[in-house]
Amino acid sequence: MIFLRLFFEFAKVGLFAVGGGLATIPFLQDMGARTGWFTDVDLTTMIAVSESTPGPMGVNMATYVGFQTGSLTGGLPGGAAGAVIATLGLITPSIIVIMVIAGFLQKFRQSRTVDAVFYGLRPASTALIASAGLSVALSVLVTLGGSAEHTLVIHWPKVALAAAVFLCMQHKKLKKLHPIIFIAAAAALGVIFQF
Amino acid sequence: MNIYFDLFLTFARVGVCTFGGGYAMLPILQREVVEKKGWATDEELTDYFAVGQCTPGIIAVNTATFIGYKYKGIPGGVLATLGVVFPSLIIITAIAAFLSNFADIPVVQHALAGINAAVVALIAASVLKLGKSNLKDAVSICIFLAALGMAFFAGMSPVVVIVCAGVVGYVARTLARMKGGAEQ
Repeated sequence: MIFLRLFFEFAKVGLFAVGGGLATIPFLQDMGARTGWFTDVDLTTMIAVSESTPGPMGVNMATYVGFQTGSLTGGLPGGAAGAVIATLGLITPSIIVIMVIAGFLQKFRQSRTVDAVFYGLRPASTALIASAGLSVALSVLVTLGGSAEHTLVIHWPKVALAAAVFLCMQHKKLKKLHPIIFIAAAAALGVIFQF
Repeated sequence: MNIYFDLFLTFARVGVCTFGGGYAMLPILQREVVEKKGWATDEELTDYFAVGQCTPGIIAVNTATFIGYKYKGIPGGVLATLGVVFPSLIIITAIAAFLSNFADIPVVQHALAGINAAVVALIAASVLKLGKSNLKDAVSICIFLAALGMAFFAGMSPVVVIVCAGVVGYVARTLARMKGGAEQ
């Protein structure tokens, strides 16, 4: 039964992939090789689509793979069922593990030990988000290569756009705008100026 | 509005506004969950990201489950998580069914290039905000710089960074307490 297998394959990804959506890629490569559901080339397409559509990337990947696999046997309805089942498979381990941890933390909220550990975790967590942000910034704003080899190409229009959005977020009134407004405006500018 | 329906809808909004990995979700969470709903503080959001990065599962899902559970127990955790994946289900299914070459369309590529630049700026602004509420003394600033060095420059795994920081935080707090106790 392909749907049952789809659920368990993605539950395995949800249980063993630790981190962001990119952490799921090696697991998906392995899944494609073992099951024959999709090739590495298919996976590249799925990653590109997952990155360019709304929704967290890891969830998008599970939905996409589930749809493709389900539609192999059941056409459009099979694809829709596969998408739902793969996504539920991905989130089931998280729901269980996080609730156990959250329940534990709630119980020991007053504990000095938990409090002391989180005193160290908060700055580190901030640093990890900063680090991920820096990596994204580098990959978006700068590319290696160009006319001569091993040169850095800086995408000035994107740098200017990022700087403008950042400055707006520091402005007393503009920062009250919903982030999606900046995202939509940036998409429009990207299309108009052919980023 | 029914509180569970509100949870589901709020997280569906977070899902649909997120472009990229779980980190891109942070600016939207700050707006929807911290500022608009008051279901968590900036500090709590940092805690959830800390736990979500070193436990099984992708960060976006883990963080949604955490906030939902803290707010309304098991049904809250389940509904927040279903909410955050709901837009993906609809959008990806539609694209996979009808637009197999979606990512190759020039307009999509240009729009995405603009979106990515905005997301970079939004994450930077969010980190600045988190820094203001989380880096209040010398020890936490040192932990921040060391963790940034470990993660960004040395490329170490978030799990290692989080475990080290937890140990350092525990030791620092315990030493501070012993010192405080000795003075009394």
